[in-house]
Amino acid sequence: MAARGVPAEACVGQVVLPGDVLLLPAHPDEDAERLRLGASAAPRGRLLCGPGLRRSGAGLLVTKCGLLRHRQAGGGAAAGGAFWVDSQQKRYVPVKGDHVIGIVTAKAGDVFKVDVGGSEQASLSYLAFEGATKRNRPNVQVGDLIYGQFLVANKDMEPEMVCIDSSGRASGMGVIGQDGFLFKVSLGLIRKLLAPKCEIIQELSQLYPFELVLGMNGRIWVKAKTVQQTLIIVNILEACEYMTAEQRKQALAKLSGN
Amino acid sequence: MAAEVKAKLSKNLLRMKFMQRGLDSQTKKQLEEEEKKIISEEHWYLDLPDLKEKESFIIEERSFMPCEDLLYGRMSFKGFNPEIEKLMVQMNSKSKKEEIEVDDKMEADVSDEEMARRYETLVGTIGKKFLKKRDQRVLQDEDEDENSNTRPSKAKKMFLKPQD
Repeated sequence: MAARGVPAEACVGQVVLPGDVLLLPAHPDEDAERLRLGASAAPRGRLLCGPGLRRSGAGLLVTKCGLLRHRQAGGGAAAGGAFWVDSQQKRYVPVKGDHVIGIVTAKAGDVFKVDVGGSEQASLSYLAFEGATKRNRPNVQVGDLIYGQFLVANKDMEPEMVCIDSSGRASGMGVIGQDGFLFKVSLGLIRKLLAPKCEIIQELSQLYPFELVLGMNGRIWVKAKTVQQTLIIVNILEACEYMTAEQRKQALAKLSGN
Repeated sequence: MAAEVKAKLSKNLLRMKFMQRGLDSQTKKQLEEEEKKIISEEHWYLDLPDLKEKESFIIEERSFMPCEDLLYGRMSFKGFNPEIEKLMVQMNSKSKKEEIEVDDKMEADVSDEEMARRYETLVGTIGKKFLKKRDQRVLQDEDEDENSNTRPSKAKKMFLKPQD
């Protein structure tokens, strides 16, 4: 099976299908370097195998259909470069560390149940808020919107959310304020919007003051000064999925002209 | 006599905690060895060759965050929520430092015109502060000429009998 693999480099930017096997190039020079420099240099050549790919033997097994993406070696965790599959999907699967927007659906003793769009509702402890103690409970009602992070997200297990980071600070997480408008887009669009130097966001930010919360689960919350302004942003963002850059610029020009 | 008595004591008795104190080093060692033997005989282990897992240089990651260098999910523009704007700079500074600069044109709570209008009325009040007493009186008189009735009269406070 593994014999009919394709070199991973050759597939970058092309469609891959589940079951495809990608072969990784051997790194004889890196191995030699590691031997020379000893154990300290070992983590340098780590390859990051992102969403949609699985490790199988010496190569990678594709588990999602989409475009294969690659990033060259750089700083940070992916020192040896990274491969992942850019897929178009709407179903969110909780992933540890993701920031998402959830809706509180129930208060059950000392945990809240939060709907995040996954297969199961996430649990959120009332102590997982900034400044919360056993006596000082956070003011969270059923129906509130929560911006939080996944602490536990395992297969076949109930995911667990928190609204504080590792140092105990909220840093923007917690209950999202009143008003505003929540809607859903595909997960691909969310990633497009969150990418650094995203044109859509940069163009929108020139329009008028507004606030935006983007959850990795495909939910977007928008708030501007008036309902009209809010809805304009919502409509543009929703339409972005199916518009080319040119069409979007035209639509924006029409708006800023008015 | 004493040695004979010691020899008669059973091993199980010697192994007891309170008997350990009086034992000499040789018998102690003997007992320990025997104990070790019993443990090693009872010890089970898998009779398999050692699994030699090669160190893998592939890390599996289920999140897009480290792959695509995604930004922080909360955004605010043109001073809608200054708190979030500060946070944006903080959270996104790790990936790109010079990109985000705080907009100088933050929307002010009070517009310039409104500010000017408000200070217009203040000119007289604050101006008074810097005048001499004599000039102040002149100014007051002028004021009273213009709107003598509207000013609250500085009548002496006195007891007003409530009406029945």
